Order: sequence, then structure tokens, then C-alpha cells
Amino acid sequence: MGKISRRSFIKGSLAAAGALSVSAAPLPASAKGIGPGELATMLDIGKCIGCGACVEACRDSNEHKFPEPDKPFPKMYPPRVKTADWSEQRDVDDRLTPYNWLFIQYADVEIDGEQTTLTVPRRCMHCTNPPCADLCPFGAARKLKNGITRIHPDICLGGAKCKMVCPWDIPERQTGVGPYLQVLPNFAGNGVMFKCDRCYDLIEQGNLPACIEACPEDVQTIGPRDEIIAAAYARAKEINGYVYGDKENGGTNTIYVSPVPFDVLNEALDKGPGMPHMAPVPDSMANADTLAKAMILAPIAGLAAGFIKFTGGGKPSNPSNKKES
Amino acid sequence: MEKTVARSSAAPSKAMVRLYIAVTAVLAFTGFGQMPIFKRYYLADIPGLGWSANFYATHAIHYLGASLLFFLMAYHITGYFLAGRHSYSLTKSGWARVIFLAGLTVTGIFRVLKNMPDIVFSPNFTMFIDFAHLGFAMLFLFSCLGFLIFRTGWLKEVTHN
Repeated sequence: MGKISRRSFIKGSLAAAGALSVSAAPLPASAKGIGPGELATMLDIGKCIGCGACVEACRDSNEHKFPEPDKPFPKMYPPRVKTADWSEQRDVDDRLTPYNWLFIQYADVEIDGEQTTLTVPRRCMHCTNPPCADLCPFGAARKLKNGITRIHPDICLGGAKCKMVCPWDIPERQTGVGPYLQVLPNFAGNGVMFKCDRCYDLIEQGNLPACIEACPEDVQTIGPRDEIIAAAYARAKEINGYVYGDKENGGTNTIYVSPVPFDVLNEALDKGPGMPHMAPVPDSMANADTLAKAMILAPIAGLAAGFIKFTGGGKPSNPSNKKES
Repeated sequence: MEKTVARSSAAPSKAMVRLYIAVTAVLAFTGFGQMPIFKRYYLADIPGLGWSANFYATHAIHYLGASLLFFLMAYHITGYFLAGRHSYSLTKSGWARVIFLAGLTVTGIFRVLKNMPDIVFSPNFTMFIDFAHLGFAMLFLFSCLGFLIFRTGWLKEVTHN
């Protein structure tokens, strides 16, 4: 079975997980960043009771990574550039902020004729081909081989390009921190972008991400992506439910299973700044991938054109045509 | 005695030179557009340039420009070896441009590879590639500006005694 429970991961007893191929050796190896595959998480929305233990654990575990901005902020030019300051609102936990990388989203829906409120833990989707990491001009946003996408706070200049290209607008900016302060603080950059890094440091040590560890309902499971995808579809079949995240944006490493269709869920969710949607998302990098493949033909065409021109149609140079450059 | 050469059967035609300049300009513009500066500095507010704040648009155009540059490079390298090698050689500034263009090309190829699904480079290598690509771009553009000011050509005529 393709899921790794909280307890089985902690114990490191793969057999105890009751798993066969999924929890056989690859998980700890890849969790330490030395395995070949990516790790994905499955979130079983039907299990979530909205207790917020994951949110609290995320904040506690990642507190040492939160920004401590220098104030007053450097004056920004041109004046249209706005600062983003969450340092005085660190307790906000009902949306994504630089100090809150995971929050619970609510949706009032009807299941089997009964009104109910679903609670959905939301954070970075950790795309398999993340546009934030692909398009970051400085390599600050990077994808790790174990499927984590993280933003390095010592490199990020806070331009927010990652947020603009993210289909879910996940990263959040804090002004007054980061390397832009040492470069051209008035004219370039605007802080650092922050988001869930899926506790890369804990994963490196072979431990569970804090949100998974803290969940009393085992809402989340983590394991090799192909096994998590299989587990998600098996779970969806079991509850007559639906899957989100396996195809979105070309595939992500955060797979949701819901008892209601995701168009219904998305309609019911509170959405807005810091509160991402759950709508279908086409592959943001698909056009670039196609153009990249077409790019291979360009030098071949140039070679062929040159060969034809300079062997078939080429004429000896005429000295009278030569000019001083 | 050596002369720098504007045109010959092996040297680029005027049309090719114009195409090369246009492609270089498009690549420079869309390349700098990968940094989030066009909107901040009002460039995207200029009528007709709104698209320059769309990173996916500038990225796609940058790829198309790179394809055209690859075509031109392959075409002229072929021409040089088939028809021009014995008559012309590169000037020092020509060599400088070739080296900078080669650096841009190699780092650009790695950047394209990095963006493909299923290809993951280490974070440090990715950062090196990003900064190297930007560095070669700056070197290339500044050198082009210098060579333009001093009107230094790519090729010189080789005289056979």
C-alpha cells in the first residue's frame, strides 16, 4: 500500500508500515536526498478535522526561518513599489504569510444531502516542474531532487516573480530582509519571498515534516511520488472521491483526495490574497518545453542552409565587393 | 596587410547582419525582462509593451530568439568552414564575441535543460548557470557596444604571400 504513516515513518520500520513496495527501502533513502525519486504527500481532506495542529507545528518548527526585518525599510524607488510587512502581524494564521506557511481553508459543501464544512490544509504544492524555480533569474527558488521546492533566503531579492508565475500565488514577501539590502535597496529587490519548504531540513535528517508529524488524524502521508499517486487514486476509489494535484500544472508533489468534486470544493473555498484556489491548472511550462524541443531543429536547419548556400549556391568572393568595415 | 571585411560570399550579407542585430536585440530585451524590472520601471506601461511584464511571454520569445540565433550561428559557422576559412579569419574582437556568444550559448542550453521536466540540477550549479548566463550577456553586450564605437569588424582578410 502506497502510504507511509506518521508513526511508521518515525519508527523507521518499513515493514511495520504494512507496506510492500511503497515503504520498502526507497522512502528513507529518498527522504535523505540520496534516492532517485521525488517524495510526494497525500492529503486526505475527508480525514481533516481542522484542529490546526499542523499550522501550529509548522510555525513552531520553522520559526527559526522566519524573517526579522530591519526597520525602517529603505525608501523604494520608484514610489509605486510597495513594501510588504507582516512582521507586526505574525499571529495571522488564516492565510499564507511570510510567518504562516500553512493554513486551514474552509468550504461549506453538501455530502450525501448533508451540509458539512470541509477543512483543507493549504501550502505550497511543490510542483514537479515548478515555474517559480524554472523562471527565478537568480537561482534563489530551486527544486531539490527529493521533490521539494524551496526559496533560499540568502539569495532571494524579493522581486516576487515566483509569486507572479505561480498558478496558486503561493510565495509571500517580507520587505526589509535579505541580500537586496546590501545591493541596491532603493532601486532593486524588495525583501525575500517565503513559503513552505516542506521542512527540507527535517527530511534531510530522515524525519517527517512538522505538519505530518503533528497531525492527530494522519491526514497526510508521504512517500515516493508514484506510490503516493497510486495510493491517492486507491483512496479516491474507496470513498468514491476525487484527486487534485497529480495533473495540475503538469503534476505536483501535493496530492489532495476529496469526497466532493474539486470544482464544487473550489467554488465553496474562501479565496483571495494568501488563500489559493483549487481550480484546474494547465501546465505552465508546457509552451517552454515545446519550444525547447523545437530549438534542437534550429542549428540543424542552419547547418543545412549553410551547406546548401556555400556548396551549391555560393560564388567566389568578388574583390570589388570588399569594403573596409 | 590585413583588412577587415564587410561582405563576401562567406561573410554575412546585409540581410543576415540585420537579422543578427534584431535577434540579439530581442534576446537582450527579453533576457533582461526575466528580471522583475520592466513593470517596476514603467517600461510595461508604454503602450504596446504591456506584454513585457508577462514573464511567460518574454520567456517564450527568448526561446524563439535563441532558436533563430542557433540557426544563424550554425549557418555562418558552416559558411566559414566551407567557403571563407582560407580567405578570412576572425579579428581579435571577432574572437571575443565568439567566446562571449559561446558562453551565452552553453549556459543558455543548460538553462533550457534545467527548465525541462525530469531534469533537476543541483541548486549551486543552477545558480552558477543563472549568474554565468547573465555575466556573459553583460560581457557580450558591453563588448558589442565597444566594437560598435570603434567600428571593429568580425573578419579580416587573409593575404597569401
